Amino acid sequence: MSLQIKPILIALRRHKAGTVLIALQIALTLAIVCNALFIIHQRLANMSDVSGVDEANVFVIKNQWAVDQSTQQVDAQVRADLLALRQLPGVRDAAPASGYPLQGGGWDNFVTMTPDQVEPTTDSAVYTGDEHLLDTLGVHLIAGRNFHPDEVVELGTQQAIIPPVAIVSKTLADRLFPDGSALGKSFYAMGATPSTIIGIVDPLHRQGTGQWNQPYAGQSLIWPLRADDARGIFYIVRAKPGQLAAAMREAPKALYAQSRMRMIDPKDGIQDYAEIRHKAYDSDRGMAILMGIISVVLLAITAAGIVGLTSFWVGERRKQIGVRRALGATRGDILNYFLTENLLIGIGGVLVGAVLAIGINLWMVTQFETARLSLTYVATGVVALLLLGQAAVLAPALRASHVSPVEATRSV
Amino acid sequence: MFNYYLELALRSLKRSPGLTLLMVLAIGFGVAASMTTWSVFRAVSGDPIPWKSSKLFVPQIDMWGPKGRGPNSTDNEPPDAMDYTDAMALMRAHRGKLQSAMYQISPSVVPADASKHPINVSGHAVYSEFFPMLDVPFLYGNGWSADDDSQRAAVAVISGKLNDKLFGGVNSVGRTVSIEGKDYRVVGVLGSWNPQPRFYDVVNTGGFSTGVEDVFVPFERAIAMGMPNDGNTNCSEIPAQSGFVGLQQSSCIWIAYMVQLDDAAAVSAYRSWLDGYAKDQQTAGRFGWAPNNRLRDVPAFLDHEQVVPSDTKVSLLVALGLLIVCLVNTAGLLLAKFLRRSSEIGVRRALGAPRGAIYAQFLTEAGMIGLAGGVLGLLLTGVGVASVSWVLPKDIASLARLDFSLLALTLLVAVVATTLAGLYPTFRASRVQPAWQLKSN
Repeated sequence: MSLQIKPILIALRRHKAGTVLIALQIALTLAIVCNALFIIHQRLANMSDVSGVDEANVFVIKNQWAVDQSTQQVDAQVRADLLALRQLPGVRDAAPASGYPLQGGGWDNFVTMTPDQVEPTTDSAVYTGDEHLLDTLGVHLIAGRNFHPDEVVELGTQQAIIPPVAIVSKTLADRLFPDGSALGKSFYAMGATPSTIIGIVDPLHRQGTGQWNQPYAGQSLIWPLRADDARGIFYIVRAKPGQLAAAMREAPKALYAQSRMRMIDPKDGIQDYAEIRHKAYDSDRGMAILMGIISVVLLAITAAGIVGLTSFWVGERRKQIGVRRALGATRGDILNYFLTENLLIGIGGVLVGAVLAIGINLWMVTQFETARLSLTYVATGVVALLLLGQAAVLAPALRASHVSPVEATRSV
Repeated sequence: MFNYYLELALRSLKRSPGLTLLMVLAIGFGVAASMTTWSVFRAVSGDPIPWKSSKLFVPQIDMWGPKGRGPNSTDNEPPDAMDYTDAMALMRAHRGKLQSAMYQISPSVVPADASKHPINVSGHAVYSEFFPMLDVPFLYGNGWSADDDSQRAAVAVISGKLNDKLFGGVNSVGRTVSIEGKDYRVVGVLGSWNPQPRFYDVVNTGGFSTGVEDVFVPFERAIAMGMPNDGNTNCSEIPAQSGFVGLQQSSCIWIAYMVQLDDAAAVSAYRSWLDGYAKDQQTAGRFGWAPNNRLRDVPAFLDHEQVVPSDTKVSLLVALGLLIVCLVNTAGLLLAKFLRRSSEIGVRRALGAPRGAIYAQFLTEAGMIGLAGGVLGLLLTGVGVASVSWVLPKDIASLARLDFSLLALTLLVAVVATTLAGLYPTFRASRVQPAWQLKSN
């Protein structure tokens, strides 16, 4: 098989505008689809982030207090509530909290190595809880120990307490002490006194999932505090395996039995982790779906456009095809001709498209702080579009190859 | 003549139904994708108070200095909200025509009917000038007075929705509502008012909110009653003292501030007053750095806070890209289609049709495809806007509206864009040499 590039190029010169338009369409499609696929990939990667939580069994109750109470009153109520929750038959454990992983946003502090350091070393999500929190969330303690009950202190409304001990995520530990010696070392989280690392968990996601959190992904710390805030508290509850639904039904009843002066929103006051995760990645999922739809429509339209235009060209050249067939060209030759012609146009298009894809991405990096497009996407896109072009041209090319030599003798 | 071209166009389109369908589909999808994302973009980037936004300003004061910028910070932007000390200093100075410090609250409201659960509402603690400054519409009554501000009066403005819930929708001015266990006299009931974005307190609402503002109470009353803030609190250092009082003495930021300045002179006067204030603080030793203030009007502040999500912009751009590809596609197909009819063109030209007639004929055909694509685009845009909540976060999706202007724009974009796409193919068609066509036949 010899590639008949030269005659094809000469023929294409008679269809300059059409050729340019198809190539341009391929180029634009490649540029957009590459960037769309890259966005989809990033969003899917976000959505599959592990939280560290035993998501199948954990749910969160947002409990708000209906009357203004002193910290002591709130503390007594919180202790009573937790006792009641832990005694429920379907419940494995429960803990008080001021926030939870994938919440969407919440408390975070700058972290420094010394108290008078001007530029913070990094940023960490801050969780609070008692000695039950690790078991309730189901996070894995990979080094050190859990809090002792006597280390847990009350945290009143907008009270500023820096506990002397903390449990940190492995990501934060490694960020602060890259040599792996974090256990037993201290750090400062916007206070004058240090917190000593007594335990390391892995992993423990931040509350936030947005772009702001990306540089600090996975960096979080837990302080032994019971959040006796006069406004409200989160109760994190871990059900026994298979009893999530029952525990979620029973928990608010048990709380209202303790005291009616509280508000648990009937709509979203109680959420399991499936719902929490769903909400946390709302915009990521939406963006992935939207980019997916647009990519599919784009590819379909480009493929259909190639089919349409090639069909026209085949129809236009029936006589010439007939002449070639009469002069001895095989069906394969004709098929080959159209496939090669499409390949040539496609190559022209993807060359421009690849440059365009990278250009668009570079522009998006400056405008929207997105990541750099990896070249594998461009390469994959190039191959995919060339194959798409070949597939699209196949039907009209086959039709062309079936043109009978008799056509040569007919006038238009 | 136009009817004749319509008939010619119809006949031509019918001759290759598959290709016509393909062009109509391409235009329809391209236009619908663009218009759907445009409806979202239009909703989130709109001016929430267009008649006044250029007169409303958000002052920013650098009470943190370079230390508060955080890691990886490259700009020298002062914090975007205020601490209590500076907000109160600005209120006392009262340099604008109207102004208000405000903070987000989330008090409990106990219904008079004891059998009902207390409910949690959200709202703001504001000054009396908040209501006239933002042209807040009232259903009944009015805002409170400046005297109520200074006397820390137990008065409240409630939303129409809360009024429905508590008082069955009747005029409740003068009646009592129990907020955080204390009685407040209702002085006003709001008409429907739900500005998006929440331009007066972007920092605490993040811009868009599905919630409703149910209750407003006097700022100093809320402070005196220890009604804690429910919005964001950002600190550059841990407050020295605990609790809400400790927060008021700290440099933590949790208060939004807005001031109305009617002309350029007022703006520059306010600006120089801010600089003077910061300089005084520097002299007093409170700020260890030179004045670093900002005074942005509402549109500039919304832009600074990046209220329009970058996802919305990216979606719109990608959808416009899709539309462009669809147009290129249509241009290519039209070109092939028109040139295939060279002999027909040749006959018409030989019989005396001027180039203008060829233009009219083929642009009519392109326009018809655009119209058909636009009608399909209308349907798909309808579907798109209706299902946008399925793809986007609720607070943003609920803002996308299908209205007459969007529908008109859809049709217009489809017809104009397709006609533009048909320009080059038509140009080529009009250049066909009649002699050559006639000869070869």
